[in-house]
Amino acid sequence: MAAREGIYGLLAEFDTPGDLIRAAQQARKDGWRRMDCYTPYPVEEAAEAIGFHRNKVPLITLIGGLMGLVAMFLFQVWVSVWAYPLNIAGRPLYSWPAFIVPAYEWTILFAGLSAAFGMLALNGLPALYHPLFNAPNFRDGATTDKFFLCLEALDPKFDLAEAKKYLQSFEPVSVVEVEY
Amino acid sequence: MRHWSRYETASLLLAGLATPLVLSVHTVISFDFAVAVLSGWHTTIFPPYFVAGAIYSGFAMVLTLAIPLRKFYHLEGLVTERHIDNMGKVMLATGFIVAYGYAMEVFMAWYSGSHWEAFMMWNRMFGPMGWAYWVLVTCNLAIPLTTLWSRKLRTSIPFMFFISIVVNTGMWFERFVIVVTSLYRDFLPSSWGTYRATKWDYMTYVGTLGLFTALFLLFVRFLPMIPMSEIRMMLPGAKITPKKAAEAGD
Repeated sequence: MAAREGIYGLLAEFDTPGDLIRAAQQARKDGWRRMDCYTPYPVEEAAEAIGFHRNKVPLITLIGGLMGLVAMFLFQVWVSVWAYPLNIAGRPLYSWPAFIVPAYEWTILFAGLSAAFGMLALNGLPALYHPLFNAPNFRDGATTDKFFLCLEALDPKFDLAEAKKYLQSFEPVSVVEVEY
Repeated sequence: MRHWSRYETASLLLAGLATPLVLSVHTVISFDFAVAVLSGWHTTIFPPYFVAGAIYSGFAMVLTLAIPLRKFYHLEGLVTERHIDNMGKVMLATGFIVAYGYAMEVFMAWYSGSHWEAFMMWNRMFGPMGWAYWVLVTCNLAIPLTTLWSRKLRTSIPFMFFISIVVNTGMWFERFVIVVTSLYRDFLPSSWGTYRATKWDYMTYVGTLGLFTALFLLFVRFLPMIPMSEIRMMLPGAKITPKKAAEAGD
């Protein structure tokens, strides 16, 4: 994220996941798109509420797994047929059934690595900085027992005073302006 | 929330990828034995029997580690008696699969009519290293498969710790029996010998135990052994029923 000036967004704090989801669903209905929920543990309904139904991790895992499969299979073909051809009991050099086991193991290896690193990359992790950490209640609450909804300033609907009033209508514990 | 969602997906996918790996690791190892022509290794029962044995000894090992851990870190509320009871049930079931494997080995040694197979089995049971076979039968079958039926014993923590050590010992002897008693008296009496562990064998054995324990203790010390976020998902109030969420949307 490039360094920006001014307001990142408005952060509303809630005590329960239920309140958070109610607010997020309403905000989505009212046309808000650039927003996110922050919770101390995964709340599936919150992802649904902000319209995040699907992520790309499974696709990356599939592509990684297939790459591992193809790479190991071709490697064995190259070794057995071109690089070091050995006559083993008169069997053909291209004995593909024997190549399945290592190719399978590499499928799993690459799929696993793709899932782990793909997840980190999509999340933009490791990250040294995030504007939300400027909010003091976020630092203390987001990993323990508070639930947050952030309306981001990048949303075309965003207007500081109106958005603040809008968030207050959900009766949150607090609404905080977050700067970059 | 996008982060959590991706994290959850990745964690689910990794669990899914690891499951077939459990089967493939043990079947591939047992294939390494089964493709040899040696009596006692050359058998098709090995892949399922190794997988069942791995689950059996795996659960025993988890109990061996988890029972002291829950005591020292006061995790009795997280690793409950019900978990330990259920692990006892899994061990009982896989123990019987392992028993079937042993029975089939003996049966096939007779039924195959192979002179070598029959001699190997006789030698394994009553030869100079026969004691190892009977330790294996006692530790893997006789003690656990008679006692684990009892719910009272399954929920007794000291007893489950004891049984986990017994099964670990039994499974160690299973590998010893498979490797050594098949190998030390093969087809040619002129190539017979006896096995005696050397200094290096003992050092490797103790060293691997030490390496595992050191890494395990470092893991417990520095990494979250029970992720707090997953425990929080089970708290009352954390669960939002779909109906409630839908109502909230109105």
